Amino acid sequence: MHELSIANAILDAVREERARLNAARVIKVGVRIGELAGVDPEALSFGFGVLVKDTDLEPLTLEIESTSRRHECSHCKHVFTVVDYEVDCPDCGSADTRCIGGDELELAFLEVEES
Amino acid sequence: MSRLPLEKKVLSENDRIAGRLRERFQQHQVFCLNFISSPGAGKTSLLERTLERFRPSERVALLTGDIQTDNDARRLARFGFPVKQITTGGTCHLDARMIERALADWPLESLDTLLIENVGNLVCPSSYDLGEAAKVVVLSVAEGEDKPLKYPAIFFKSELLVLNKTDLLPYVSFDLGKAREYALQVHPGMEIVELSCQTGAGLDGWMKWLARRRESAKDVALASRPLSREHPTPERGRRQDARPAGAGGETPALHRPAPGQK
Repeated sequence: MHELSIANAILDAVREERARLNAARVIKVGVRIGELAGVDPEALSFGFGVLVKDTDLEPLTLEIESTSRRHECSHCKHVFTVVDYEVDCPDCGSADTRCIGGDELELAFLEVEES
Repeated sequence: MSRLPLEKKVLSENDRIAGRLRERFQQHQVFCLNFISSPGAGKTSLLERTLERFRPSERVALLTGDIQTDNDARRLARFGFPVKQITTGGTCHLDARMIERALADWPLESLDTLLIENVGNLVCPSSYDLGEAAKVVVLSVAEGEDKPLKYPAIFFKSELLVLNKTDLLPYVSFDLGKAREYALQVHPGMEIVELSCQTGAGLDGWMKWLARRRESAKDVALASRPLSREHPTPERGRRQDARPAGAGGETPALHRPAPGQK
């Protein structure tokens, strides 16, 4: 699947940030993955481990933060987590809600050793 | 040691290129669709039936992605419109860079519509923006009606769901009502058309959606068109009347209709 390409993109981004921050070593990279991102965390972790091995980034580790789908009610502005595709507002019952999150595929943080 | 917060998309490089493509499409008023489905759901058939219905003067071109073979490009080239095959050689999706490369020798100003057929896969293509105006997901009734629940990302990100192979409904246990219900659960307000590329039933609904969507994209393009960039610099070393290379060998020139003619 495409998790290997995504792992590769994460490593590229880590190298870029390492240079930008002038850090000696990056120990850990945090990635935020939404349930609508279509990325399997397990496959990503596996691919990441394979790609890091025997490179300048070793022993970099990956921490994945999974995020749920979030909706905001257009009527009462209530923000809620969608469970089992139930997208109606749990507060006022309105069906007029819109998705405001859950498709994230973002770098969340880096743990670095300063040079 | 310190922890530094970052706010950056993992696929920011792809998104950057896709953004560049989207800007070019808007400048040249090219309406671009990205077709995604599992293998065998009928993307190529839908494109064949679509091209069949286009007038020969229609300024449409196609890019079709597969892991191997140019079979799809051959099928699509029969209709006389320019087609280019992108063979990914193992990659399970198209990315923006592949599109940019494939378009390098195609003059966008001679196109109104670009149809991109992604690699058959319901998962991976959903992560890669290709600069399209909209994604279209095709699901055939030979698959399970619960696909929207199992693969929510692509149904969430697609504007239209095409339910194909409806001629097979009497022979399969596919529940059309449930499929619609599930798609709308994942993507409230999603547009859905049912059709059969085999019999032609429902194709009018699809063609209407296509025409309507293309018009609304035009409005958006006009509204967001930067005035100072009416005439972008021509690509270096490219003749403006360069003919797109088609996979079928015999591809007609893309001609620009006289002003006012449409």
